[in-house]
Amino acid sequence: MKKRVVITGMGAITPIGHNVKETWGNLLKGTNGVGFISRFDASALPVKIAAEVKNYNPEDHFDHKEVKKLDLYTQFAMIAAREAIADSGLAEGNYDPNRAGVITGAGIGGILTFEEECNKCITQGPRRISPFFIPKMIGNIAAAHVSIEHNLKGINFNVMSACASANHALGTALRSIQYGDADLIVCGGTEAAVTPLAVGGFTAMRALSTRNDSPETASRPFDAQRDGFVMSEGSVFLVLEELEHAKKRGAKIYAELAGYGASGDAYHITAPAENGEGSSRAMQAALADAGMKPEDIDYINAHGTSTPLNDKGETQSIKNTFGDYAYKVKINSTKSMVGHMLGAAAAVEAMVCVKSIMNGIIHPTMNLVNPDPDCDLDYTPNVPVEKAVSATLSNSLGFGGHNSAIIIKKYI
Amino acid sequence: MDIEAKVKQIIMDKLGVEESQIVPEANFIEDLRADSLDTVELVMAFEDEFGIQIQDEDQEKLRTVGQSIDYLKKRLAE
Repeated sequence: MKKRVVITGMGAITPIGHNVKETWGNLLKGTNGVGFISRFDASALPVKIAAEVKNYNPEDHFDHKEVKKLDLYTQFAMIAAREAIADSGLAEGNYDPNRAGVITGAGIGGILTFEEECNKCITQGPRRISPFFIPKMIGNIAAAHVSIEHNLKGINFNVMSACASANHALGTALRSIQYGDADLIVCGGTEAAVTPLAVGGFTAMRALSTRNDSPETASRPFDAQRDGFVMSEGSVFLVLEELEHAKKRGAKIYAELAGYGASGDAYHITAPAENGEGSSRAMQAALADAGMKPEDIDYINAHGTSTPLNDKGETQSIKNTFGDYAYKVKINSTKSMVGHMLGAAAAVEAMVCVKSIMNGIIHPTMNLVNPDPDCDLDYTPNVPVEKAVSATLSNSLGFGGHNSAIIIKKYI
Repeated sequence: MDIEAKVKQIIMDKLGVEESQIVPEANFIEDLRADSLDTVELVMAFEDEFGIQIQDEDQEKLRTVGQSIDYLKKRLAE
């Protein structure tokens, strides 16, 4: 029998909260994190909006010398991981560091650092490149810093699959614990790509909403007037732990990570496969892995990006997977409020699944005012719904056709 | 600001240490908790501040605060 894996701690820093409690509370209130870009002058870009982490001062969290060596994406990861580890009650003596790992999902990594050093290289020459450039920029360095700070000496790496990164990280961590490679894994997603190059790049793809006159209504998943996603940033971490290990140290158990499925579209670099065919296979694989039927799922946290193609294709893929039951299951999109945290998106969505199970409430999909005939399922529009939730599925898709689904259920 | 004061300022900024720790015999790695990357950054900051180039073979000789101040004074007197 497979080992069971439970969630024993969570931490978050998002555009609508500097911790789990604040983020979750704001999701229930329908608080929107999107505003005008403040990090850089976006006046030359057609997209002037993003969801930035608010009131963020690095020196509240790190000393002056440390800050300069940590890209923002790593800072966010370290802050979320600190909260998750403190929340889990892990402390010296109640776990074996050699069997405690870190797996992160970052889709881009230190692109702010990349841009700064690139500019230096061009304007001042290659001799002015900082010795910290590479170890600050690489997409795996957040995982390294979390391990160094907390002495976690087990399995350690980053998973990169664009906007599905954190789901693949959670799935990979699940497998590693099930296989016996680790007792626990501090696992999450992190991203900080509200930069000229990244926003400019996604803008060039016509992937972003240009609703500059109304930032708070720009992310509108499944709405007929949706026109693209909204760039976001932040990090969420979960502590995943083998059940017997958690019980032995008397940890509080929030929920169980019960299944994982992944697939590839083999279709196109950015467009999802016709009718969400690839995503369907990932969801079916996750259900099979968890030993569950579609009807066992009470709630789906959709990828729901607010792009015309994603939301239509994802709706179709849910119908393909869930059949008639697709019309009964509750669905929502966390991105309607936090925007698209890219590699970290699936991590905040996993946290939402856990909270929905714990609190028996499903947060709304905001800005869903003009239903799209192609998106005709129950997306929990605009107001939260109280409902006992015993099992959830969270979907994430990445550019490149990387599909992933995880199932989180009530721990019984 | 004289050379010594500027050097001290750079060391405080790059290594995050107190001014009182920056004594002539303080070794960057052993006493001021720098790693090899910090020392490279420090030398780059000296180059920027004083508008000179410091060759690799000279960089290796700059292990303490005093060695750095003496070296920079000599170079800037040339």
